[in-house]
Amino acid sequence: MSQADVLSQSFELGFTYTRSVGPVVGRFLPAMKQRQILGIRGSDGRVLVPPVEFDPVSAEALSEFVPVASEGTVASWSWVYHPRDSHPLAHPFAWAFILLDGADTPLLHCVDARSPEVLHTGVRVIARWVDEPCGHIRDIRCFTPVPEVADG
Amino acid sequence: MNPVAVVAYSQSECRADAGAMNEVEMIMPQLQAVYEQVGIDNAQDVDFVCSGSCDYLQGAAFAFVAGVDALGAVPPICESHVEMDAAWALYEAILKIRAGHAQSALIYGFGKSSPGELPTVLSQQLDPYYLAPLWVDSIALAALQARLMLDSGAISERDMAAVVSRARRSARNNPAAQFAGDATIEEVLSEPYYLSPLRRSDCCPVSDGASAMIICTVDQARAWGCPYALITGIDHRIETHHLTLRDLCDSSSTRQAAQTAGAGEGHIDTAELYAPFSHQEIILRRSLSLPSDCIVNPSGGVLAGNLMMASGLSRVGEVFRRIVAGDSTRGLAHATSGPCLQHNLVAVLEAA
Amino acid sequence: MADDIISEMAAPIYLPYRFTAGRAPARFLAQVRRGVLTGQRCPRCEKVYVPPRGSCAACGVATEEEVVLPDKATVESFTIVYLPIPNNPIEPPYIVANLVLDGAHISFIHLLSECDNQTVRIGQRVQAVWKDPEDWDYALDNIRYFRPIDEGDVPVAHIGHLDVDGNWEGDT
Repeated sequence: MSQADVLSQSFELGFTYTRSVGPVVGRFLPAMKQRQILGIRGSDGRVLVPPVEFDPVSAEALSEFVPVASEGTVASWSWVYHPRDSHPLAHPFAWAFILLDGADTPLLHCVDARSPEVLHTGVRVIARWVDEPCGHIRDIRCFTPVPEVADG
Repeated sequence: MNPVAVVAYSQSECRADAGAMNEVEMIMPQLQAVYEQVGIDNAQDVDFVCSGSCDYLQGAAFAFVAGVDALGAVPPICESHVEMDAAWALYEAILKIRAGHAQSALIYGFGKSSPGELPTVLSQQLDPYYLAPLWVDSIALAALQARLMLDSGAISERDMAAVVSRARRSARNNPAAQFAGDATIEEVLSEPYYLSPLRRSDCCPVSDGASAMIICTVDQARAWGCPYALITGIDHRIETHHLTLRDLCDSSSTRQAAQTAGAGEGHIDTAELYAPFSHQEIILRRSLSLPSDCIVNPSGGVLAGNLMMASGLSRVGEVFRRIVAGDSTRGLAHATSGPCLQHNLVAVLEAA
Repeated sequence: MADDIISEMAAPIYLPYRFTAGRAPARFLAQVRRGVLTGQRCPRCEKVYVPPRGSCAACGVATEEEVVLPDKATVESFTIVYLPIPNNPIEPPYIVANLVLDGAHISFIHLLSECDNQTVRIGQRVQAVWKDPEDWDYALDNIRYFRPIDEGDVPVAHIGHLDVDGNWEGDT
């Protein structure tokens, strides 16, 4: 029997798709271009962010868009010590669930902070927008902690 | 439901990198093993074949079709495939048997995840507008879930470390395990964070390999004359695709699936839970209301080795093994798919 | 609030991989690098597969035994390609053929050249034209293409049933 050499080769698979966005994401994205984050009112009155086409409980079609703030509170976070090539930031950062002011469900995005010591659940963060928003979830480059104002 | 019999199961070793092994070379030894357990020759000797795999793992288009080369499909066989864990292939096969379209079925799952970066590949199964463009990976999502659990006081990091420590110890008896040993809770807690609040030990490894199973009607099992266990119930439920709209500290879909599978209709003495992260085992135990004397993950579970697309089927197989060995009389097997336990399957197995 | 609607979103995905060939293909390619074509014989039905994948797809059993094959083959089927294919260096029209090596039982695909596109036919006998040995790699394009040879056609019923010496039952 002949010997097998181990034959390996790196390659990259590309899926260069353009997606149709539908009536709800299609409203969310142009608002992002204007640096405005939109939520949508669920059938129970809660503001769902980012907006979804159908209520997650009742399955009712949703259509009442509600603007929410670009600032909010961290509801959960994870510190990334070693970012992957695909990640939005090249240096260590945090993923976070961010409950934006005016929203009842959190947005998942990245938080650029100096170190994990700066972060805790409940910390206030604010969106940092890219210079030229184009209508995309990454028009928010990242969130950063809001400096705490000293008492008095 | 009319019970379906499990008559054979085999799983490969969990390897970090299977290297020079193609789909056929990974699958074939497991098929041979289950054929031998039943005393049949090849896939021609069962009525239906169903497999589970995902071509994105290895980045090879139609790898699942290449897998058919392991079967002996001449003359043509009745064959199907799910782009999911093979536990869902088992579900399809049970439907086929219960519908009276087959007396017996071969199920197999395989995954070669090492060629790609699995957590990154899995990031692309998320919502394509809000999440996939961020490339937030499967480990990060589990970490956010774990933090919610910790912040709410539902668990402590010590509880998570205890899951890891027990999984490592249990895996010492599992020759297929990738990770086994004697890690104490303190040793686990002394590890640095990987993606806080997760340590590396809280996360299942990435493993290459395959598993296979043969199921059949009770009459067929008696005709083959091999030991068998009965699947008395099986169901699966899925939660919304929008991760942040779910209660991540609970698994309502697991609870529902267990209920309709009839898990509560008797005492569960053994459970094999597909929990890729330590805190998820705790979520699952609570969602299933497992009794305190229930032995959970005697194989070490997937913290000992995680064959993407086969581990769910293997959970059923591990319960089967314990029942035919006489170590269990009624067990529960669970499989999961999607981020943070989005989609869950529960099967109840009983001694014949 | 913006009133305009966005209807499409570019969503490109690029995923890096490192492919490792399986044992059977790796053994085959290691031999091809030396200018040798090897098939694998099924222990049950004795059919010879080239290139081998490590199993007999018909019997569902692993294949181990290697068989050294000549570089002569028979045309089992062919197509003449007139459409230019992006990034393909070959100028159309060209012939792509299913070829069965002598001693093998299933065909593989390669190019056919140095022949008249109008007279290429099923059953035609062909032989490999190799690159210079110093250019050989782990690849089937060590063979530049196959070209017709001066041997009588093989009747359709016998294609895929020649021995390694190119003989078939009833051949004179």
